[in-house]
Amino acid sequence: MKKIMLCLLLCIIPVSYGADDVYHFSTGEQQSRFHSLTSQLRCLVCQNQNLAESNASLANDLREQIYQQILHQKNDQQIIDYMVARYGDFILYNPPLNYATLGLWFGPLLFLVFGLGYLLFYLQKHSQRESHL
Amino acid sequence: MKIRFVLPLFFFLSIAFILWRGLSLHPNEIPSPFINKAAPNMALHSLFDTKRIVQNSDFKNKVTLVNVWATWCYACALEHTMLMRIASDNVVNLMGVDYKDNPISARTWLKEKGNPYQLVALDPAGDAAIDWGVYGTPETFIIDKKGLVRYKHIGPITADVWQQQLKPLIDTLQNEAS
Repeated sequence: MKKIMLCLLLCIIPVSYGADDVYHFSTGEQQSRFHSLTSQLRCLVCQNQNLAESNASLANDLREQIYQQILHQKNDQQIIDYMVARYGDFILYNPPLNYATLGLWFGPLLFLVFGLGYLLFYLQKHSQRESHL
Repeated sequence: MKIRFVLPLFFFLSIAFILWRGLSLHPNEIPSPFINKAAPNMALHSLFDTKRIVQNSDFKNKVTLVNVWATWCYACALEHTMLMRIASDNVVNLMGVDYKDNPISARTWLKEKGNPYQLVALDPAGDAAIDWGVYGTPETFIIDKKGLVRYKHIGPITADVWQQQLKPLIDTLQNEAS
């Protein structure tokens, strides 16, 4: 039983650590920046994956770009600007606040206000009915 | 009392509207940030004369259709017939960018199927394509006489796309001053 468990465990470990063997950084700080950048940028080919997860060839090229730019001492904002200049805000998982994204940012708030309003209205009506009884 | 009947109807209508809108959205077509901006610079070797460098100045003062394609791309093969028809109309300068491709197979492909392009640039590593915000082939850019990107089409150019979008736009751009 223990052996089986060990085998199963071994199956999991390489999967989670295999992905970034290709990129070698001199400092841990660069490595963690690479991780954070590739996970906050969207893969444009398979849109529900980020650049870190995707195996698409374009994602590979963009990862390589990020890697090279980190090695060339570009800061995070410069790398993000580079991507946005080419692919637009769409590449960001964290969209900026502008006219096109107003609904995205405040839509949920609108639903909350609407729901709370209805709840209050409903409760009030019920308490009125109860006081009549 | 009435609100109990109106409210579900209101919810139904709003959900129906959102879903109906969703039918005509194309989330896989990402809007290009280059629309009405200068076309990104390129400096690529020409497919047929590798000593020659293809640059933005090659389409200066000419309305140009820049088509990003590859021989390994299935949709590009479908689009090729349409590009040949566009070329025979002679209304626009056609330029090809051969994306992450083997130049030998690209030359053979154009010899066998016909070459619609005035000029073909080689982008073996896909670097120029990244600069142009390309994320899949085929993609097509319409560049005006001033060198501004005026339109981007994602996916193959079909007869409908040509007749309804690209051709009318090219006609207006041809009448603009350079």
